[in-house]
Amino acid sequence: MNMFLETLIGGLLAGTMYSLVAIGFVLIYKASGVFNYAQGSILLFAALTFVSLTDQGVPVLVALAITVVVLALMAVGIERLILRPLVNRSPMTLFMATLGLAYIVEGTAQGLMGSQVRALDLGIEDLPIFLGDIMISQFDLTAAAVALVLVVALSLLFNKTRLGVELRGVADDTRAALSIGIDVNRIWQIVWTIAGLVGLVAGLLWGARQGVQFSLSLVVLKALPVLIIGGFTSIAGAIVGGLVVGATESLAETYIGPFLGGGITPWFAYALALAFLFIRPAGLFGEQKIERV
Amino acid sequence: MSDIELRLTGGIGEGASTRTLVGIAAAALIVALPFLATEYWINAIAVPFLILSLAGLGLNLLTGYAGQISLGAGAFMMVGAYAAFAFQLRLPELPLPLALIAAGIVAGAVGFAFGFPSTRIKGFYLIVSTLAAQFFFEWLFLKFPWFYNGDPSATISLPAGLSVFGIDLNSPHGRYYLTLASVAVLTWLSYNLVRSQPGRNWMALRDMDTAAAVIGVPILRAKLQAFAVSSFILGIAGALWAFAYLGSASVQSFGLTRSYQILFIIIIGGMGTIRGAYFGAAFVSLLPLALDWLFQRLLGGHVDAGLLQNIQKVIFGVLILWFLIKEPEGLARLLQRQRGDLGNRRLARLKIRRQT
Repeated sequence: MNMFLETLIGGLLAGTMYSLVAIGFVLIYKASGVFNYAQGSILLFAALTFVSLTDQGVPVLVALAITVVVLALMAVGIERLILRPLVNRSPMTLFMATLGLAYIVEGTAQGLMGSQVRALDLGIEDLPIFLGDIMISQFDLTAAAVALVLVVALSLLFNKTRLGVELRGVADDTRAALSIGIDVNRIWQIVWTIAGLVGLVAGLLWGARQGVQFSLSLVVLKALPVLIIGGFTSIAGAIVGGLVVGATESLAETYIGPFLGGGITPWFAYALALAFLFIRPAGLFGEQKIERV
Repeated sequence: MSDIELRLTGGIGEGASTRTLVGIAAAALIVALPFLATEYWINAIAVPFLILSLAGLGLNLLTGYAGQISLGAGAFMMVGAYAAFAFQLRLPELPLPLALIAAGIVAGAVGFAFGFPSTRIKGFYLIVSTLAAQFFFEWLFLKFPWFYNGDPSATISLPAGLSVFGIDLNSPHGRYYLTLASVAVLTWLSYNLVRSQPGRNWMALRDMDTAAAVIGVPILRAKLQAFAVSSFILGIAGALWAFAYLGSASVQSFGLTRSYQILFIIIIGGMGTIRGAYFGAAFVSLLPLALDWLFQRLLGGHVDAGLLQNIQKVIFGVLILWFLIKEPEGLARLLQRQRGDLGNRRLARLKIRRQT
């Protein structure tokens, strides 16, 4: 039983990291209808920028500020050079465009800042805590707390500020938002910046765990099943989806893995997502889309 | 006003006879290429180019014609390669061409299976299904030694090499002709396929699935058909990639980067055209060489290989975006328009001359 709980809790905590990555996707998908395949590269880019700056001896807060500015500039650039010319094109075209964007961001990040593994120390100690007999990683717990704070901040932004109302307006109905005078282009820039910031947080947490390196950009592949399970349009869904994926993944690896020769984590989440697609194509929290022929 | 619609299509002259001549000359050149080019050009450029074209063609049937996006091209190539290996190893009596076809059929069946979710979902939800294929097969072929016959480095290579009915094909020429023959046959088949009922169904499905369903296109069957046929071609391309180009292959030869590469080929070349796959493959296989050459010339060989790779990545990304924004129909359309412009200009000159 203890082993079961330990696996479950470890999985849930790892799942919060998936949720963090997935939230970045949901924000962009809701506001601009783009399935942003480049989220993983942006995460890598953000973490790499931060690490490069601190490695140069820049103080942490200054480095953070510079990274945020860089991310905002990138968001403006993406909106101007990619989203605006591609407006009204099929979601498929937009998806492929973000694949191209991912290549550009990855190439630039690694070309400018090198492709070796960078150590990142956030000053969080990783000592196991014992709750009775159950061992929990302190680092995971901190990461989960950060994720929680971020989610609360985002929901406050969305629900209590004027900007949040505009953002939700654009997400609900872009055309209606345009007609009442909301500057959609500006909203897109802001949303991509916020998604970049979420990516930065996720990138720093992941990076502190496994070093800042190319494989960070691959977490995008982990977030995809999370989105399918949680629904593309809901932040709550992204969180629940992340937890579900994290928990089932680690349980499956422990209890089903041995029968299949182990190492099933890379595809297990996908198998789960496929099963969900057959049962509930819109995900747990997604908006049901009704199509009539 | 009707003049505007007139277009000269012939490159040099006019009429069908010149075009036929040009076609025959091109065909003769392609067949005689091994005797004109160096071994390096055949091994390292012509053969991979042909195989990538074939893979692009396969994916284009699914993505370009039927409108179903896939990030699993590498997976289906992988299945083809490992199936061909299994047939050659365990059924040595089966001649190579039949083994290739059988490998294609296995890949086609796998594609059919992974296409099933497409009957319930569409758009980028499908990425999940095809990515699932990608990760699952990478795991499967690495996990169970049966698939690579217990080889210590987990690679596969044909036990008896390439030979068809006793003719040895292991030389560069042999590999080239084997690839060329496969590509020619499959191109001819695809060309006819997209001009008959299945191809029409796919295009109707791509352009508007609701309307297609209303006019009686069997949506379900058309989708699964596209998955199966596309994977069949990709499977054969994968087998050729493993044994006619690489010689020995592993799971890494068909990773996610391969899937991206094949997708880029059809975006750059032109989606929904047969010749687009060839333009795209030529572009994708020649651009790295051109860049390499350029940087060697500019910087005199002091280029870090890693940096070059990153520069290449950025250039590919920019090109993808440029094509998506400016020319969604890719090189195929770009070249056609260029030729059309040329023709129209010639026509205009002709008219001016007549008026004066």
